[in-house]
Amino acid sequence: MLGLFLDSSTPIFGYLPIVLLLLVATAFPLIALAIGKVFRRSVFDRTKLSAYECGNDPVGDARERISIRYYLIAMLFLVFDVETIFLFPWAITYDQLGLFGLVEMFLFIGILVVGYYYAWRKGTLNWV
Amino acid sequence: MEKVFFIIIASLSVAAALSVVAQRNTLYSAFSLIGLFGCLAVAYITLQAHLIAAIQVIVYAGAIMVLFVFVIMLLNIREEELRVDRNRLLIFSVPLGGLLFGLIYFGLKNFKIDEIKGAPVGTSEAIGQGLFSKYLLPFEVTSILILLAIVGSVVLARREKDGDIEDIEDDEQVVKVSMAEKSKVEETKE
Amino acid sequence: MLTTDILIEWLVKIGVVFFILMTAIAYVVLLERRLLGFIQMRLGPNRVGPFGLLQPLADGLKFLFKEDIVPLEADKALYVLAPMIALVPALMTISVIPFGDKIVILGREIALHITSVNVGLLVVFALTSLGVYGIALAGWSSNSKYSLMGGLRSSAQLISYELALSLSVVGVIIFSGSLDLVEVVKQQNSFWLGFIPKWNIFTQPIGFLIFLIAAIAETNRVPFDLPEAETELVAGFHTEYSSMKFAMFFIAEYANMVTASSMATLLFLGGWYGPFVDKFPLLGPIYFSLKILFFLFLYIWLRGTLPRFRYDQLMRFGWKFLIPVALANVVLVAGLALLIY
Repeated sequence: MLGLFLDSSTPIFGYLPIVLLLLVATAFPLIALAIGKVFRRSVFDRTKLSAYECGNDPVGDARERISIRYYLIAMLFLVFDVETIFLFPWAITYDQLGLFGLVEMFLFIGILVVGYYYAWRKGTLNWV
Repeated sequence: MEKVFFIIIASLSVAAALSVVAQRNTLYSAFSLIGLFGCLAVAYITLQAHLIAAIQVIVYAGAIMVLFVFVIMLLNIREEELRVDRNRLLIFSVPLGGLLFGLIYFGLKNFKIDEIKGAPVGTSEAIGQGLFSKYLLPFEVTSILILLAIVGSVVLARREKDGDIEDIEDDEQVVKVSMAEKSKVEETKE
Repeated sequence: MLTTDILIEWLVKIGVVFFILMTAIAYVVLLERRLLGFIQMRLGPNRVGPFGLLQPLADGLKFLFKEDIVPLEADKALYVLAPMIALVPALMTISVIPFGDKIVILGREIALHITSVNVGLLVVFALTSLGVYGIALAGWSSNSKYSLMGGLRSSAQLISYELALSLSVVGVIIFSGSLDLVEVVKQQNSFWLGFIPKWNIFTQPIGFLIFLIAAIAETNRVPFDLPEAETELVAGFHTEYSSMKFAMFFIAEYANMVTASSMATLLFLGGWYGPFVDKFPLLGPIYFSLKILFFLFLYIWLRGTLPRFRYDQLMRFGWKFLIPVALANVVLVAGLALLIY
């Protein structure tokens, strides 16, 4: 009922339905889980509760150290994501910027393409 | 009554931040941090900084934290390995924490809330116009910074034997090479 | 002041849209099973109700009654949290998607969207970028080798194709000059030569194709369904999940499909616009649904037709083909926009 105190001119106003939907979307799985709890049967069995490994008993712990490639992909993703996010404000104001904006962004992307080419040549983008 | 909203968001942020520090499991800490970023995004929206709020979630919660989570999984440190003598760390953490609070206190002592009135600076249009007029040079320099980050991450994660990978352009070729080697081995067996 | 009127309007809208979304998801699953059946020269489920129309209801009940298994070695808290992290953002994206213009009901003008915010597009991207955690977490917390492999692969795939997805949209924003989805659609309202609609698909077909491919990869669907890859990974990140928790991942996947289809419609196919929509605004949601249905059909058709990529092929395609083409497309569209204006 907090919404009743908020003015329709406040910046948060248009976002309130998203918050409301967050509550609904969170309540939905919780209710579903609670209803399920009433109906289903649950029998404890050590074999049944072990991790699936094609019928054998699980060998060791699954949480082994993972390949460094995932880390590398995440790193490259982060870098290019920052680049992409800069394109959004540029695209919005593009009609005011015109040719000047195109040249500036050409420079910006150009410098990054160098980095992209470097990563390509170094084999970072290969997954073998 | 925006204050009420702010207090809710602020207390949620502080709770999430405390949880980041207090959790034993690093993965739990990471997820508390994601929650904290979410709260901060809402705080930015209340300041009309819509684009910054979106960036907060997309870049920080969606990209940087993915990297964190991967690193945590990559290292896979068990909880028992993390048991360190907390009392010994207090020697460093208390003065450093005090210093930080001092900085924040003196930084904000003469700050008046009225000063930030005026046109909102965090909307997409404001940032777009700012980037290509007043902050054009910093913007272009940023691309060089990002370039350095790409080179850095490539160099950091390079394995020793990667030296010759440049010669092998295509993954298909690697498969072919290994197939050829395999058939050689089979020939010698025969 | 926020009056009770507006609050009630919001709640009614959320209730109606949420109900429609859930029903749509349930029937897309049925549609998929029936269509796949026809593609594979069999009938598909047709026993429960006429034409199998009550099948989703039966499936839902079955999910409720199934035993809920939590593996002994699993991290219990995260194991329960993971499907919710996957589901909640997937359902929340519907809040900023407009499905029609304003209509008048009982003398009250009602806009056909839950809310319209000026960074609507970025809200969708922000929410979908959070979906990766549900999958990564599910894989890690189950403590099963297949789950971990599936979860990691899936998260790496999601972040790789997210780049191409955001890049392909930049061209659309150049034309609309706004991140508000309502504005993006309204900009596509007029016609060229009086009969060709000004949809973005005609000005930037490359962007549309990149968006479509990246969106299919983002929703983990064939031919990019590597995280599931049942022939090698059993079921990927949800190997250990059962009952309602499995259903949550399932609903999340289909909710993401609906979102991706809506976004493709809004950004490239003129949203709710179609013949006579100016005179009868109620036609808007109908055109919108039909366009979404086309994309959903495409999803299912692809699943019945294409084999799965190998993982290195998938990564190479994403990083070495889609991203450079998407970048080139941005420059191309920017140049084109200069010529037009």
